[in-house]
Amino acid sequence: MLEIKGLKADVDGTEILKGIDLAVPTGEVHAVMGPNGSGKSTLAYVLAGRDDYAVTGGSATFDGVDLLSLEPEARAAAGLFLAFQYPVELPGVGNANFLRTALNATRRARGEPELDAVQFLKLARAETRRLSVPDDMLKRNVNVGFSGGEKKRNEVLQMAILRPKLAILDETDSGLDIDALKIVAHGVNTLRGPDFSALVITHYQRLLDHIIPDRVHVLAGGRIVRSGGPELAHELEAHGYASVAAEAA
Amino acid sequence: MPAVAETLDTVQSVTQSAYKWGFETNVEMEFAPKGLNEDIIRLISDKKGEPDWLLEWRLKAFAAWQTMQEPHWAKVGYPRIDYQDLHYYAAPKRRAGPQRLEDVDPELLRMYEKLGIPLKERAILAGVEGAGLPGPIEGRADVAVDAVFDSVSVATTFRETLARAGVIFCPISEAVREHPELVRQYLGSVVPPADNFYAALNSAVFTDGSFVFIPRGVRCPMELSTYFRINARNTGQFERTLIVAEAGSAVSYLEGCTAPQRDENQLHAAVVELVALDDASIKYSTVQNWYPGDAEGRGGIYNFVTKRGACRGARSKISWTQVETGSAITWKYPSCVLQGEGSIGEFYSVAVTTNRQQADTGTKMIHIGANTRSTIVSKGISAGRSNNTYRGLVRVLPQARGARNHTQCDSLLIGEECGAHTVPYIESRNPTARVEHEATTSKIAEDHLFYCRQRGLSEEDAVNLIVNGFCKEVLKELPMEFAVEAQKLLAVSLEGSVG
Amino acid sequence: MSGRGMSAAAQREARASLAQSFLARFEGLKARLPGDARAREAAALAFGERGLPGPRDEAWKYTNLRALAGMAFHEPFTVVAGCNGLLDRLPAIAAPRLVFVDGRLRQDLSRLPGTMRVSGFAQTPDFGTLVHPEREPLAALNTMLAQDGAMISVAEGVDAGTLVLASLAADVHGRPVAFHPRHRVRLARGARLTLIEISLGEGVYLHNPVSEVLVGQGAVLTHVRLQDEAPGAFHLATLYADIAARGTYDGFALNIGARIARTEIHARLGGENAVAHLNGAQLLGGTQHADFTSVVSHEAPSCTSRQTIKNVLSGKSRGVFQGRIEVARGAQKTDGYQMNQALLLSADAEIDSKPELEIYADDVKCSHGATVGALDADQIFYLRSRGVPEPEARALLVRAFLAEALDPIADETARTCLDEAVERWWERQAA
Repeated sequence: MLEIKGLKADVDGTEILKGIDLAVPTGEVHAVMGPNGSGKSTLAYVLAGRDDYAVTGGSATFDGVDLLSLEPEARAAAGLFLAFQYPVELPGVGNANFLRTALNATRRARGEPELDAVQFLKLARAETRRLSVPDDMLKRNVNVGFSGGEKKRNEVLQMAILRPKLAILDETDSGLDIDALKIVAHGVNTLRGPDFSALVITHYQRLLDHIIPDRVHVLAGGRIVRSGGPELAHELEAHGYASVAAEAA
Repeated sequence: MPAVAETLDTVQSVTQSAYKWGFETNVEMEFAPKGLNEDIIRLISDKKGEPDWLLEWRLKAFAAWQTMQEPHWAKVGYPRIDYQDLHYYAAPKRRAGPQRLEDVDPELLRMYEKLGIPLKERAILAGVEGAGLPGPIEGRADVAVDAVFDSVSVATTFRETLARAGVIFCPISEAVREHPELVRQYLGSVVPPADNFYAALNSAVFTDGSFVFIPRGVRCPMELSTYFRINARNTGQFERTLIVAEAGSAVSYLEGCTAPQRDENQLHAAVVELVALDDASIKYSTVQNWYPGDAEGRGGIYNFVTKRGACRGARSKISWTQVETGSAITWKYPSCVLQGEGSIGEFYSVAVTTNRQQADTGTKMIHIGANTRSTIVSKGISAGRSNNTYRGLVRVLPQARGARNHTQCDSLLIGEECGAHTVPYIESRNPTARVEHEATTSKIAEDHLFYCRQRGLSEEDAVNLIVNGFCKEVLKELPMEFAVEAQKLLAVSLEGSVG
Repeated sequence: MSGRGMSAAAQREARASLAQSFLARFEGLKARLPGDARAREAAALAFGERGLPGPRDEAWKYTNLRALAGMAFHEPFTVVAGCNGLLDRLPAIAAPRLVFVDGRLRQDLSRLPGTMRVSGFAQTPDFGTLVHPEREPLAALNTMLAQDGAMISVAEGVDAGTLVLASLAADVHGRPVAFHPRHRVRLARGARLTLIEISLGEGVYLHNPVSEVLVGQGAVLTHVRLQDEAPGAFHLATLYADIAARGTYDGFALNIGARIARTEIHARLGGENAVAHLNGAQLLGGTQHADFTSVVSHEAPSCTSRQTIKNVLSGKSRGVFQGRIEVARGAQKTDGYQMNQALLLSADAEIDSKPELEIYADDVKCSHGATVGALDADQIFYLRSRGVPEPEARALLVRAFLAEALDPIADETARTCLDEAVERWWERQAA
């Protein structure tokens, strides 16, 4: 279970997160919605451990482990996965090699045996088929020359292979057409289960038609200003953030 | 060099008259004898009523110059210059001190009119002003002009308006008298007297130029502009410009030049020094259109200039923009020494060479402070039998943590007999610095030309359109009224290059 | 005797003194040296005038030979038995090979090929026509003192396969030696050859090879060089290549060894549709210095040149890249591209890069790019967020950077050989 209490964070000396309280119980999918500049991506980066974000207060634990004290890779090993809003291109790094390195590093950290190339490819191919991702995506360099949609699908493929316990999807729906959106949603939905939880960060409600959240939180001005059931997303779509935020204040 | 002058005087080619601004003003001149020695320097210093320290400074520079060799690393070629066969001082004979516009030689005023410098500040100078500070400046009419006629400033306008803002904008010779402590503090602090051959020569013999001082926190209320003219025969011009922007101040300075048509080569070795303190910003824009020589490469100005800015303060910014269409030879590298943490250097350049012109120009960005940033955009256009070289240095010193540079150099060739060259030097000694350089060379694509012509444009108009597009990134950096002039200048410069 | 901190005058004196000792050696040896005595005299004259290049020579702006100038070199022994076990360090390649020890061809260690004509410069001396002793002082030094080298020629239409050219420095003296091998590779019309050149050694020495390469019409030379000289060595190699119409010179040089190394290439595209690839990578650590300098001259229309040079610099090492693309008047439809990238892995490493374009024709497509920097922080974070520990993430990115540099090498034998050398470099860095 992810528990965030009073989390505050600065970027370049400006306070972006002003005290976030949020709990995502194991097995649940929560959505975080909010207007541009509300701190959604900052929250994702802070949880994943990006350097340029300074935590100035509060805590974030995952299954009782203090996330904020861990290096990014240790958070990944603990089961946290961030699907980036803007996935990075890694020229010269093959996707398969990259994924195997990541998977084995995580397995090693958990004391599980590493996979050899054959075992890995078998696993990876199974996932590409399941997600209807073309096989050659594994052969290409990580995100290099990928379209926006391909990059997002690659994020979902990585998620499927790495099998996180907690996935944070940072506006994974932005710039996607409806087919790609369905693939992303399918990727998340198939992982759903008693041991998997997710934080779906989005600006629009449409992704939540495909990934039905257990709870929806509204983030505005660096704080969670409202929380509710899936119907809250529809309310936001109908009335806009301004009214919801105003109502909360 | 001047030995061939008489012969060449008689040659009048058709292309020469194409130089639109090639007229000569008849003003009685006062010359110092030809040649360069300590006595000439004493004479210059004496004529200008300089204090002893400045004379000593000049003499030291002269001593250094005598031990130095003329540099030949640039990709330019020219006959040997006899530095003893030049006049180092020429001044229009004065009646009284031309403090008022009516006192200025009417011949001069007519010349500036032909050049399109609106000296309608006449009224203001005559005392009509009285209306207080002008508002923010958009148009030409509100540009303060310090016109340099050969070696001596003859008219300065908007003095009072600027004075009220605390801005000092005056001939440097006047600054030496009126603000000696400032001049002494900053003169030679960016370009030391013995920096290079031409800078040393300038330091020894400079006769005039502009001095600008923007006090702490002041945004200069208008664009400052200086027009340079080279007029007298056989006089080298050695301007000295010094601009100091105190903490939190801002200034935009425009320098434009056209020169009367002459047949012998004339030497121009100016020095420009800029100092920006904390959070200060200096924008220095140049349109250089000195006489380039005729189609066969006879005559034209030798433009050997040292321009350098020191971003001494944190977050200070110096931006050089230049449009270089004139001169027979251009040797010029406006540079930024980025000392202050987070300071910014910019260089935007368009250089056009046609006929036999030679340009070797570019910049130096020296990253010293942490998180310093620089941007270089250079557009070279070569036509005729000219040679156009970009030469630039980006140096990142070990302490320049997080420094960034991006350089884009593009060359356009028009015709089969010209040359376009790119010579960047990239030196990095800090692993957190990021330096990126890109350069391309191309010609005007036939299909683009055809498309324009099919839509009814003449070939020349099509070329202008494409060339202006090619230069857009740089031209947009110019103050508005300069940008329009620069576009016209590009068109005029490339007339007859195509077809 | 690093020479750092030496005054300019002292450096000049040291260079002059070393140059004098080479000239004196020439005087002593010249009666016995093979080949055209006039060419040698002319080279000696040029070398006498120019001396060793100093920091004021624009072409040597970034490579200071003061460390070399402080040395005193001896003449290698003419007859040496064995090769100090260096043969074992050669990659196991089944192809024919020519082995040079201290600059001399060793028939006993070589496996002569049947597909091409091969001889030693000592027996069939030929200075060729491409080398410019008056322009390049090290080429002058070589022309003056060259004693042996490989003379290789492949006949018209023959695919000669692969040949290994190994240069070993055996350190049998236990004191510094200098050798100046003179190689010539000539491919007749339509011929093909893959030449894998490997330089290694022990001790302190100057290896100053000059190679002349003639690629005939439609011929293809794949030339892969691995420079893994001893840590105390000076490797100053100059290559002149002339490529005829539709011919291809496909060059790659990997520099991982030597104290000071310079790979200098002058490639002339002399016939229409000729192609030159001048690729390379330099992996340096410690106080190593490696300089990759190239000039490619497009002298005929419709030629192509490609160049990607990568530097990976750790410790206090210094990498230099100087690359010039020249396009002569009339060489229309030239397609020239050059990319230079450097990765600085430590606070004390330095890169100096000077990519130049010199263009005298208008209908051309020429571009170059250069990037200098550290590993990308976003990329490292991305990898770490996927669970890859930071050191591994860094190694992965450096390997990816290198893989891109090695990608152009199509020849599998050569690629394997370079991959192994890269692994050795990694091991050395780890140690």
